[in-house]
Amino acid sequence: MTTLTTPAAQTAPEAPRKRVRRRKKLGERVLHWFTWALIIWLALPIAVVILFSFNNPHGRYNYTWTGFTLKWWGPALLQYPELTTAMEHSLEVAVIATLGATILGTLVGLALGKYRFRGQSASNLVQFACIAAPEVVLGSSLATFFLQLRVQEGMLTVIAAHIMFCLSFVAITVRSRVLTLDRSVEEAAKDLGAGPWETFRLVTLPMILPGVIAGALLAFALSIDDFITTEFTSGSFMTYPLWIWSVSRQGLPPQANVMGSIIFLVGALSAGGWALFQRRRA
Amino acid sequence: MSRPLSRRSLFKLGGAAAGSLALAGCGIPGLAKIVTTAQAEQEAAAYWPKQKPTRRLNFANWADYIDPNHESLKLFTKATGIEVNYQEVIEDDNSYFAKIDPLIRAGQYSGADLMVITDGFEFNDLVELGEVIPLDHSLLPNFKKYVTPKFTQETFDKGNVYSVPWASGMTGIAWNTKYVKEPVTSIDVLWDPKYAGKIGMMADPQEIANFGLFKTGVDPDKSTLSDWNKAASALTKQRNSGLVRAYYDQSYINALSQGDTWISMAWSGDIFQQNLSTGNNDLQFAVPREGGTIWTDNMMIPKYAQNPVSAMMMMDWFYHPAIAAMLTENIQYINACSTTQGLIEQDAQLSHGANGQNRATLQALVSSPLVFPPASELGRLRNYVTPANPQTAQTFKNIFNAIVEG
Amino acid sequence: MGSLKSRLTPYYLMLPGGLWLVVFFAAPIIMMIGLSTMTGNIITGFTQTWHFQNYLEGFTQYTGEWWRSAEYAGLGCAIAIALSYPIAYWIAFYGGRHKSMYLGLILLPFFVSFVLRTIAWSYLLADQGLVLGPLKSLHLLPQSFRILATGPAVVGGIVYNYLPFMILPIYVALERVDPRVIEAGRDLYANSVSVFTKVVLPLSLPGVFAGVLLNFVPAASDYVNASVLGGPGNTMIGNVIYDQYFTTQNYPLQASLSFSLMAVLLIGIFCYARALGTEDVLAAAAA
Repeated sequence: MTTLTTPAAQTAPEAPRKRVRRRKKLGERVLHWFTWALIIWLALPIAVVILFSFNNPHGRYNYTWTGFTLKWWGPALLQYPELTTAMEHSLEVAVIATLGATILGTLVGLALGKYRFRGQSASNLVQFACIAAPEVVLGSSLATFFLQLRVQEGMLTVIAAHIMFCLSFVAITVRSRVLTLDRSVEEAAKDLGAGPWETFRLVTLPMILPGVIAGALLAFALSIDDFITTEFTSGSFMTYPLWIWSVSRQGLPPQANVMGSIIFLVGALSAGGWALFQRRRA
Repeated sequence: MSRPLSRRSLFKLGGAAAGSLALAGCGIPGLAKIVTTAQAEQEAAAYWPKQKPTRRLNFANWADYIDPNHESLKLFTKATGIEVNYQEVIEDDNSYFAKIDPLIRAGQYSGADLMVITDGFEFNDLVELGEVIPLDHSLLPNFKKYVTPKFTQETFDKGNVYSVPWASGMTGIAWNTKYVKEPVTSIDVLWDPKYAGKIGMMADPQEIANFGLFKTGVDPDKSTLSDWNKAASALTKQRNSGLVRAYYDQSYINALSQGDTWISMAWSGDIFQQNLSTGNNDLQFAVPREGGTIWTDNMMIPKYAQNPVSAMMMMDWFYHPAIAAMLTENIQYINACSTTQGLIEQDAQLSHGANGQNRATLQALVSSPLVFPPASELGRLRNYVTPANPQTAQTFKNIFNAIVEG
Repeated sequence: MGSLKSRLTPYYLMLPGGLWLVVFFAAPIIMMIGLSTMTGNIITGFTQTWHFQNYLEGFTQYTGEWWRSAEYAGLGCAIAIALSYPIAYWIAFYGGRHKSMYLGLILLPFFVSFVLRTIAWSYLLADQGLVLGPLKSLHLLPQSFRILATGPAVVGGIVYNYLPFMILPIYVALERVDPRVIEAGRDLYANSVSVFTKVVLPLSLPGVFAGVLLNFVPAASDYVNASVLGGPGNTMIGNVIYDQYFTTQNYPLQASLSFSLMAVLLIGIFCYARALGTEDVLAAAAA
């Protein structure tokens, strides 16, 4: 890990000041390039995905470049009804799961952050275990759970599973936000005669809102991309990641690339928009 | 002070009770019931009169197993008005069975009204578990008229109580001529260290079992437990020497085309379709001299199908001589319809076939031992190993699954 | 007046979420434990026979996979730390106004589906693919060279897919380091190396630990990377659990493997939590 420390030859702080600053710059520059190199490495597969959404393959295998075309971005995108349906399913599940997880998780986060009660540390640990538990275990235990109870797997079981693991993420995010809250504001509201519900609605909620929104966004991102748990709990219900997995054996059609690129662009634009919005507010 | 204590202890007791109940808990019930042919016919007689025709059909099949433009399905829709939702969701019998079995056991629709299953363990399991519906042969006029007699006498479904064949094919060896210069004739090439890391094997235990047995010189029909173990050790040695790139389901064809594997276990017709789609003839197929596997994929109707009458009509549709010929010209697998060979021979006289194939392809097709195997070829081919009872079947599966799972 | 109510408020707040978790998290796991000692098969059904041998079988039959999971996940973590720490350090201390931009750029690729990303890597690294193809036609590499279906490919996939979970916690921890502390160190004549090892590094350790946690657990139980990028000799315990459920349908064995995996990981986690104090880890996880 020598690249991240500036070179150590600085026994005399005063004397070669210029040399120190240049040396510092070298270390810093190396890190800078390293950061960019990593960013590029991280983006490589995305570039491939987007690039090959413009490819014009012969036959069904889209892995060698055979010509540029825009047709997959047009009506041909809907050529695979299962893909479109899977995409819709993913969005529906994500929206519903986000709503559910945000509501339940916010309540839990409030409880864990604001109050002291018996069983609190146990609850903390359960939230933690839920986040830390491997997805294979979550998925397979749910799958056998549904099997034993003879519950048919489908959209509802997927939503239930997603709410389950997103809930803890929201709870922990809200909790850390709640912990930083200034109690005195709430107490002031109470002194001024506000009832508990009013206090919550007009004082607490706005203060924890950034945490709630952050939690909701996190839940949405987790849900829409979830693969392992969904695979175990979906039965014959298809979501976008599941569809990709099942079709990849036979060769991913360019439409899958287009869908992936679209999600990426939407995400990128939202993140950019959110950042701009934050900056403007601040 | 006593209130919180007793509340707590009550809670603990409740938790312990629930926990132990859950642990001793709900087992998963099995559904073994051996249905005799007489029972099956009774079931069919009781079931079919209640079924009404519908206008939809969900048809689950393997990939590359129908004419690429689905012309055969479009003609079906034109003739019957039934809309077909064709899903190429089956990649191997193992995984498809594992997908629909829990659904059917929970009493739910599996998502398909018609599915294509190979004559192997899964076929037997589906029948034994009562998860498929016995057929109504009054709805199969074409089948009755045109089917080649051998396909009504198959041991896995004598009298076609549950299934009619979709296509029959062979498992042999395919290779990519870009990297493998000598034609393949012997099964030993799959154990050749020259191609280490470039060899594809199949993940289905029944497939690799047969190849292991061929490698050790044993006839699958006569194999015993010790033969299976010897075959398994040959296969294990192959894997541990790093010869095998991966164990594939249908996706072996993907790997072969991409160059991930140079030599692979393969199914006879796939290579034809693959060459057709790439436009070159890089891939070749052969049945090794030590032996190959012959299997039959069959159309079956899973339980709780929502459009059973449409399924029966689709079954019969593919025994319509023109459609059977269309299918065979496109997928180049063995067909169970007796008129097919004659029709294709006629077609091969024309400069352009009725289904878009050119003359050279059709003439090659007509003389292909892979699609119209002569007796000499059939003599080399064997069915999958059929263990005597469920216990030996489980042992068999365990032995060969262990190789794939690593 | 409100004392009883306010004493019960936290319980009311916890109730819906807690109930959800009990039903969909705790109950399935308890029932899975119960399932793990059953015997049977799908034809005759599974019944409770307290057959603890399933656990023994799970460990003895799949020792290779257990070791490989630990190995790949461990290597993955180590490489991830080596890659993430410099980045996190640079962004935290030298990122200036563009900190969020850099973080954004790093996180951006992860908007594309996990499965799609991994498959894209398998295209990139295919034997005749975008990287190896040209190299091979230039005869810089032998035709039989391959990256896919090897252990390093799987580890590479693991590092790639879980990298943000290492970068973020370390970044958050480093960001919290008060620059005045560093200045104080320098004022006391510590050179840069000492400042780093004695001041910055210890303060960032909770972040590193959190990152290791968020990396090791999913990596050890992953099966997608091994499935897409690996070969027959690279299977991990996640693959076995998947196979046992979907292909072999040996539910008790799968349940025992799942529970063993979870137990092993949870024990490790609780040791960490003990060492650091739950607060820190939770806080880092929340970041």
